Amino acid sequence: MEVPILKQGHYLIASIQSALTDADLSQLREALIERVGRFRARGVIVDVTALDVMDSFAVRTLRDIAHMARLRGAETVIVGIQPEVAFAMVQLGLTLKGVSTALDLEEGLLFLDHQAQLRSERGTGRIDRG
Amino acid sequence: MATKGKDALPPSPDPQALSESTAALLRELVAHLRQNRTQLREEWARRITRAQLLTAMTEEEIFAEATSVYDNYVEALETGTFEALQAYARNLSERIIPRGVETHEVVGIVLLLRDVLARSLFGKYHGDFDKLNRILDAYEPAANRIANTVAVGFVQERERIIRQQQEAIRELSTPVLQVRERLLILPIIGVIDPQRARQLTEQLLRAIRTNRAKVVVIDITGVAAMDSNVANHLVQTVEASRLLGATVIVTGLSPEIAQTLVTIGVDLSEMATVGDLQGGIEEAERLLGYKVLPLEEITPKA
Repeated sequence: MEVPILKQGHYLIASIQSALTDADLSQLREALIERVGRFRARGVIVDVTALDVMDSFAVRTLRDIAHMARLRGAETVIVGIQPEVAFAMVQLGLTLKGVSTALDLEEGLLFLDHQAQLRSERGTGRIDRG
Repeated sequence: MATKGKDALPPSPDPQALSESTAALLRELVAHLRQNRTQLREEWARRITRAQLLTAMTEEEIFAEATSVYDNYVEALETGTFEALQAYARNLSERIIPRGVETHEVVGIVLLLRDVLARSLFGKYHGDFDKLNRILDAYEPAANRIANTVAVGFVQERERIIRQQQEAIRELSTPVLQVRERLLILPIIGVIDPQRARQLTEQLLRAIRTNRAKVVVIDITGVAAMDSNVANHLVQTVEASRLLGATVIVTGLSPEIAQTLVTIGVDLSEMATVGDLQGGIEEAERLLGYKVLPLEEITPKA
């Protein structure tokens, strides 16, 4: 099943609706990385609220998305990890090191806004046209 | 096999007759114990004091307990049923465990009573060795069973109390408290075992979700000791919380714990630590963008 990717301002939002196969995950990764460039996105949000299982491939793909998007100039945040999923991930040692996380979509948007603000304060971001 | 075993035994009397004669002997025994109740009881209480058992109790108390134990003992010998004795042992344990009576003392006094009674039997039947033998044959199994019942009753009561207390500690010890909007504190007190660590983590994660917490302060001032297992649980809790988008600050690491953690080489680089709970909450407020000021500073006097 293909994951819909929505564009919201400077951000891309991918909301996963059901369990994904490895092929779906790879497809999601490619689509996101391609669109970061096409839409000149500054942030990517991957919403995993609907997932009640997260295997090592899924975690690795999410991490890859975050790192690849960063190379393309966008910050990624994973939102909506369920408590049980978080607990299981940690026990398996899948801790998404170096990837930002937030409670839900709203928090994720706030986080990205905050990051953008920090970047513009530091003067290392892109030129903001308002 | 069964028949072979039977053949190997010397011809034994009919079991019915045997149990009848045992019953008769026990009846005689009980009559003897009833008759000499005062004297034997006093001898027993004396020996308890001399052996320095039950030091937590006064002499009067020892004598009073000795009397009821003695009567229950004789009754168990007479009826051959142990329910009443079991109930009494449990009741006795309930009363004396809080006063610090140890297992060896309880076992000790019951064994002393057994010895005192056996001695009195020796005294009574020393002329008739054969009779003495038969009386002891009847007495010993019953007496051992009584000792067993009392000891097991005591230990069971003790274990029940321990379980109850563990349960109570477990229930008491996992509050997740909201101090401010989006700020939770989790004070941990006592020993962390794997089961409790799991429960703590689950509760915390659920609380993060329901309270929409952004920062969590885990205070471990009340944790006396920490080994690598517990430290790893803590690291896991921190990482799981981060996956839900919450930052964790750990406070109240004692000097001993800090030394142990560094010595055993637990990697705590991922963990934000602050000296005490106050510092932790201040740091959390800073992260959340709160600033706490005295009232005068906000409304300066004209």
